[in-house]
Amino acid sequence: MSSFSSLRIGPSSGRGRSTAGLRAAVGSRVRRVAEAAVTPLELDDVLDVFSPLRAGGPLRGRIVAVHPETRDAATIEIKPGADWAGHVPGQYVRIGIDVDGVRHWRAYSLTHGPRADGHVSITVKAVPDGHVSSHLVHGARPGTLVHLEQAAGEFVLPPESRKLLFVTAGSGITPVIGMLRNLFPSTDEGVLLPSRGADRDIVVVHVAPSQPDSIFHDDLVALDAAGAIRLVTRYDDEHGVLDVGSIGDLVPDLAERRTFACGPSGLLDALDAHHEEHGLELFVEQFRTSRVEPGEGGTVTFSTSATDVEIDGATPILDAAEAAGLLMPSGCRMGICMGCVLPMREGSVRDLRNGAITTAVPGETDPRGVLVQTCVNAPAGACSIDH
Amino acid sequence: MTVMTKKPENPTAHLTEADVEQIGVELDAIRQSIIDDRGAADAAYIRRMVDVQRKLELGSRAVLLASAFPPAWVAGTIGLSIAKILENMEIGHNVMHGQWDWMRDPKIHSSTWEWDNASTAEGWKHSHNEVHHTYTNIVGKDNDLGYGIMRVDEDQRWIPMYLAQPLWNAINACFFEYGIAAYDLELGKNLSIPKEKRSDEFKRRARNTITKIRKQATKDYVVNPALALPFGGFLPALAANFTANVVRNVWSHSVIMCGHFPEGVETFERKAIPENETRGQWYVRQMLGSANISGSKAMHLMTGNLSHQIEHHLFPDLPSNRYAEIAPQVKALFDKYELRYHEAPLPQQVGSAWHKVVRLSLPNGFMTTTTPKNLPSQMKLLYGMATGGPKVRRAAQARLEQQARRIKAAKAA
Ligand code: FES
Repeated sequence: MSSFSSLRIGPSSGRGRSTAGLRAAVGSRVRRVAEAAVTPLELDDVLDVFSPLRAGGPLRGRIVAVHPETRDAATIEIKPGADWAGHVPGQYVRIGIDVDGVRHWRAYSLTHGPRADGHVSITVKAVPDGHVSSHLVHGARPGTLVHLEQAAGEFVLPPESRKLLFVTAGSGITPVIGMLRNLFPSTDEGVLLPSRGADRDIVVVHVAPSQPDSIFHDDLVALDAAGAIRLVTRYDDEHGVLDVGSIGDLVPDLAERRTFACGPSGLLDALDAHHEEHGLELFVEQFRTSRVEPGEGGTVTFSTSATDVEIDGATPILDAAEAAGLLMPSGCRMGICMGCVLPMREGSVRDLRNGAITTAVPGETDPRGVLVQTCVNAPAGACSIDH
Repeated sequence: MTVMTKKPENPTAHLTEADVEQIGVELDAIRQSIIDDRGAADAAYIRRMVDVQRKLELGSRAVLLASAFPPAWVAGTIGLSIAKILENMEIGHNVMHGQWDWMRDPKIHSSTWEWDNASTAEGWKHSHNEVHHTYTNIVGKDNDLGYGIMRVDEDQRWIPMYLAQPLWNAINACFFEYGIAAYDLELGKNLSIPKEKRSDEFKRRARNTITKIRKQATKDYVVNPALALPFGGFLPALAANFTANVVRNVWSHSVIMCGHFPEGVETFERKAIPENETRGQWYVRQMLGSANISGSKAMHLMTGNLSHQIEHHLFPDLPSNRYAEIAPQVKALFDKYELRYHEAPLPQQVGSAWHKVVRLSLPNGFMTTTTPKNLPSQMKLLYGMATGGPKVRRAAQARLEQQARRIKAAKAA
């Protein structure tokens, strides 16, 4: 194209455009022929067979390495597809991975700044009962294809603030380590202090159950030793559980700093109350939404028709919704035809045939919702269904 | 055959109500054992199947670019036929049943799959998943029994038109995908309604089907042959696509006939089905209304595991790769409750189904009463029945049935 741009004088600029237009037209013509040759598949389905990471396809990535961090945490290095748009340290990525054959979606902080090899990494701590996190830490294998969404999140460093405080607990360190590594790259010669990090004054208060459980412990210590940050660690087994009220003792110049916090909701809530009381600004990031235990029956919200229906634990959603006057898709009404499936955005339902619970958690399950058969499922607590 | 409830010996007469419900409980337990166990290996199975099918289809189509060269034509046509069969049977049919919905993969899901067939996924899911699987073998409700144009049961009154039934069936086999599309649209019923009175829903579905057929035909009979044009292979490639479609059609038609048509598979009377059929009763109807094909692993794969028709009808939403494993348990259950597990090799089942098609194309009792010796007089009788009025037919029919009864009685003695 550059040869045309140099010729962009007078009438030839018109020619340049029409050639580009022609090329686009030919491209779309070729694509249309190819689509016609493979229908009912889409061209993407065919290209996926050969090149799942190509540009123009659904965004995916391939696990290239799994680096253990502690006994229950690991960093997963992923080569993202060609359409990966990059990220700002501190952001997270939503990743879809198949565990026991079932696709799950989770959000994880990116734990590196943008890298020369274009790879991204997430660091996962296996949480109790968290079979996705356990799978990622202990079961993920290089070569596995994962599904991605573009990086997102507002938890990033404001360019102007100089004095910062990070309060992190457990795997809450992950977005912060992404920021710190970007500011202070570590090389074989140790931590570098390039100009982009030089004028910052950073304190990190990191809380963990014990030192061996603490992800990125060595990295934090190295950053501290190099003078990049001041590290304050609080291990529950050594120092007792952190009292948020005493944070001013750990960081005397607290009031001059902007606080960024990431961790479980208990810590964030306490910090929020503390900062509120002292009139301080606080930026937080939280991933794990608190779970609602499935119950018996509940209110089902049909979002598009803006209708709430109260349903007991023994009545199929389909029957109750129809009784409430909603027009519902249906078929066999006995669980064999899939004619009644609707996406559930949030909440839990119970399969009346075998009691199996299906749960949708925004941000954790499929972004389009989990499809449930309304003819054999009753609500197990409040849930919201797209219909 | 006669609907089950009109038979002298009802094959379920020995079952108590409690037995029927117990059957339901035991079958539910088998289903649950697979649900608890399905996982990564099953997911890998279907993904590999999809992958192999796509590569086979693309590879065959590539070979067909050279289809002007006869060995390439043969190899490409075989490959394409197999690819189309796999796509329709082991993948499309089963994915559209929701057998793989549990993976939550939007690419392999009953709500998104579209198959390589003239009928639309939407139409198929309605007529097959919803109607056929729910009302299996209920005469007058399940159109799979003859797709509305055939005489599938002794109780349907014989009229001369049925003499052509074997021919219809053969033509239907060759162009089965269009037959299915027509049947999904309930074309016969809808075309008999005056144009302006047809429902919008029918018009919408008819439009979709026409679009689908146009796309399918463009792919097989225009675009792919055109790609072979530079190598002088337009017509051979077109012929190859046509052949592959016919092979797929005849094969799937045969497999489907085997599932519910062989002699000895029960049909049911609409009146005899209770208003609120229990799960146990529904299960029993599925057990008696389906037939399996025994054979090799390759055969099971090529039938999309519809060779395990009984298991499929009991558990239409379990992954097809698991049917073989639960078949012995299901069979044991049949034995325990003294029910007939209908199973035979493919040629036998196809033969049996065709035998029934031919037998029912003739008046009741005609086959039993015909011997090589009386063939000329029987033919004359048939001619009379075919050309005479209803009165002639009724009289001749009564005679035939009387003779048939006598022959049966003599045999029994
Ligand atoms: S209506 Fe058939 S599965 Fe729900």
